[in-house]
Amino acid sequence: MPAAVVPVVRIQAGDFDVAAEIAGLTRGRVDIGAVVTFSGLCRDEAGRLSALELEHYPGMAEAEIARIAGEAAERWPLQGLTVIHRHGKVRPGENIVLVVAASAHRQAAFEAANFLMDYLKSRAPFWKKEHHGDGSEGGWVDAKESDDKAASRWKAKPGE
Amino acid sequence: MPTRLIYFAWVRERIGKPQEDVELPDGIETVADLLRWLKSRGEEYEHALQYPDVIRVAINQEHVEHREKISGAREIALFPPMTGG
Repeated sequence: MPAAVVPVVRIQAGDFDVAAEIAGLTRGRVDIGAVVTFSGLCRDEAGRLSALELEHYPGMAEAEIARIAGEAAERWPLQGLTVIHRHGKVRPGENIVLVVAASAHRQAAFEAANFLMDYLKSRAPFWKKEHHGDGSEGGWVDAKESDDKAASRWKAKPGE
Repeated sequence: MPTRLIYFAWVRERIGKPQEDVELPDGIETVADLLRWLKSRGEEYEHALQYPDVIRVAINQEHVEHREKISGAREIALFPPMTGG
């Protein structure tokens, strides 16, 4: 098996361009047959929210996502993997997170992107705080048990 | 040697500071010991660490379990379950 791809991980305050990130992975390549992209956006929760504020642990956020991405690159035959996560204030309709997984075939790309998001939700050190439409500060978003469950289903590797 | 403690999200808000350097007393060997000791340091710590089981901990920027030994830790972070993505 060829050496695992080195994932690109970026933690940034600013927005990202989904199309440009896909193009960055595939430009000049003729061996990629599948690109799966997941982007997570900020919802307004039926008008209740004016923004989400994402606090993060600088240093560990990069390191932990790199660890998760590295594991995905070892588990699936990927030709490219990009993960971007924003921090700071994000308004409804804006991007929060991006995963782009490229592979020769679709199954590996789908599974790697899915795995990445499940692990990122429960292990990447980010915390969301709500800001209300009336300008008041809301509370911290509670972690969902379903996110932990989603991550735990990947514990058994394929074929085990 | 002092240990740097870093707090995030509602743990940070309840303790009232983002970080501090502390000299750990003798006998604090594991993460669980640290949480128990911190909780006794005042009302704000009691409030933040009321339910120690929900507190997540990272040593030198890696997740650890509460039974983990903390010897040699330069940086210990305490935070609620994560809600990124």
